[in-house]
Amino acid sequence: MWEYTDKVQDHFINPRNVGEIEDADGVGNVGSIACGDALRLTIKVDENQVITDAKFKTFGCASAIASSSMLTEMLKGMKLEDAKRLTNDDIARALGGLPKEKMHCSVMGREALEAAIADYTGAILPMAQGEVVCECFGVTDLEIIRAIRENALTSVEDITNFTKAGGGCGKCEGKLRALLTETMAGEAGQPTGVAKKKRMTTLEKIKKIEEVVEREIKPTLKKDGGDIRLIDVDGDFVTVSLRGSCANCHSSQTTLKEYVERKLREQVLESLIVEEDK
Amino acid sequence: MAVLPEQVIYMDNNATTRIAPEVLDAMMPYLTQFYGNPSSMHTFGGQVGQAISQARQQIADLLGADPGEIVFTSCGTESDSTAILSAIQSFPEKNHVVTTRVEHPAVKNLCDNLEIFTGRKYHVTRLPVAADGTLDMQRYRESLTDDTAIVSVMWANNETGVLFPVEEMAQIARERGVLFHTDAVQAVGKVPINLRETAIDFLSLSGHKLHAPKGIGVLYVRKGTPYIPFMNGGHQEHGRRGGTENVASIIGLGRACALAAEKMEEENTRVRALRDKLEQGLLSTVPKALRNGHPTQRLPNTANISFEYVEGEAILLHMNQLNICASSGSACTSGSLEPSHVLRAMGVPFTAAHGSIRFSLSIYNNEEEVDFVLARMPDIITKLRALSPFWEDK
Repeated sequence: MWEYTDKVQDHFINPRNVGEIEDADGVGNVGSIACGDALRLTIKVDENQVITDAKFKTFGCASAIASSSMLTEMLKGMKLEDAKRLTNDDIARALGGLPKEKMHCSVMGREALEAAIADYTGAILPMAQGEVVCECFGVTDLEIIRAIRENALTSVEDITNFTKAGGGCGKCEGKLRALLTETMAGEAGQPTGVAKKKRMTTLEKIKKIEEVVEREIKPTLKKDGGDIRLIDVDGDFVTVSLRGSCANCHSSQTTLKEYVERKLREQVLESLIVEEDK
Repeated sequence: MAVLPEQVIYMDNNATTRIAPEVLDAMMPYLTQFYGNPSSMHTFGGQVGQAISQARQQIADLLGADPGEIVFTSCGTESDSTAILSAIQSFPEKNHVVTTRVEHPAVKNLCDNLEIFTGRKYHVTRLPVAADGTLDMQRYRESLTDDTAIVSVMWANNETGVLFPVEEMAQIARERGVLFHTDAVQAVGKVPINLRETAIDFLSLSGHKLHAPKGIGVLYVRKGTPYIPFMNGGHQEHGRRGGTENVASIIGLGRACALAAEKMEEENTRVRALRDKLEQGLLSTVPKALRNGHPTQRLPNTANISFEYVEGEAILLHMNQLNICASSGSACTSGSLEPSHVLRAMGVPFTAAHGSIRFSLSIYNNEEEVDFVLARMPDIITKLRALSPFWEDK
């Protein structure tokens, strides 16, 4: 069973902005029924270059529907310029995160948005011009390189999670590995992908840490009779105090590093260091 | 947070079943008072050995086998691995295995990776199936060669319930001098089996599919069949499978097999009627709904229905809101990106494969539950189709 956040479940059960804008200014169609998910996004843009309305139709799983619904909510009232900069990570984060294997659903949202904007401005989508690497899902090298750069991907498995490439027959695995090595080498010397992402403000960071502790870490520890309290966040240092059965547990250091720190690094910031308040 | 059994409509019995109350009753003494080791010399332990013998007899009775042909394992997967690896090690000069494209991962993935396990290259013939999930017997006959070490073909398919004619296939294999294994995990307890009258050499079964606990399986090994153990160790199971017996679960499985024999008729009458009502109801009330699998050559409890132009995980999550438990062959439920290998082998089009739902019933289901599901499914599908960009033009 997938672990979906409450936000994902809410947007899946009660999707917002379902349908099609009749006299849309931009239409974006991505995905296909063979691939298992597809999205049609329609947008309305006013004379001030502001998106006034957005609607969607999606064939796909819960996270595909939720990503589409969330995307339309984010777009309404957004300047076209800002919409152009929206990343798949922004969509996933607005949903409180997606399971790793479902990140491609957020990528589909971003791709539909780009297609809709290109349809509006009359631009040609550069991504579609690349060379198809994964024939099962029709993914081009340009799409793969972009996903590697934008999401700081480090493995072929990551590429599959984000773009679906390699998730079918698996014949393109060698090509994916080559693209990964090339792209990562190209990125070296430059700021890393993680750092390149929009910098998180301290406030955002604390909120996000709090959210992950409350939503994920605490319930898990409580299952074993333990508990955790967030004491302080100072730069990358997160201070917590372990309680309940965790407090006297000889493997509490393992819990701290292997579980708490790993979770926070995965979901908030790669550079976080978790310490115990003694 | 927890969902209690009395709140759910459980139609996922091909995934696992509830432990029958009679089975639990039979097990309890062996989880509490009678904790002795059946290998011990003292009566306290030895009496447990007698209880195991009785369970072995109950299992043999359901299968039409001798108790000496029953080997206890930890699960269906272990039984499958034991049978296939035993056969190929017994015939090191042979390098060919015959199976089908629709096997459970327990057999499929083993056959895909034989080289890793054995360090030798194997040629694997994976027999195709027709659109209704049935096998072409002529192709099967032609696939057998002098190099074939073993045939492994499931008795009933876990996704569609389609039955393969394994008794006839085993006979053909024997005539060619080839060992025959069947993964009968879904079939045992639902269809009559009498191994004495067949040429089947190995048969796998799993306790938790027939109202016994998880963690207990059986491999039937026909007397005289060459055999090399998968797990070595103590003298348990006459050296055919080392490791202290999972006593309580063995007792439970024995009781479950006796119970299955008693309930076989109900399974094939009342449960079949419930399944048929559910299936017919869904096919007639939901437009563009299709049955996957042969209409009659099938388990009595399984209905696999595709709802075109919607995605299975989304359907399951809506059903989950109503506490209806079922499964899907969609890509998204498994973490893989492609829909079920079984439906793809049958050539089910993508429009339908992604939207397949498997309902699998048991003797614990009733008509009220079927009526509830029938009343609620059309709305779920309509709701999701309203979201689907592919539905409008249909």
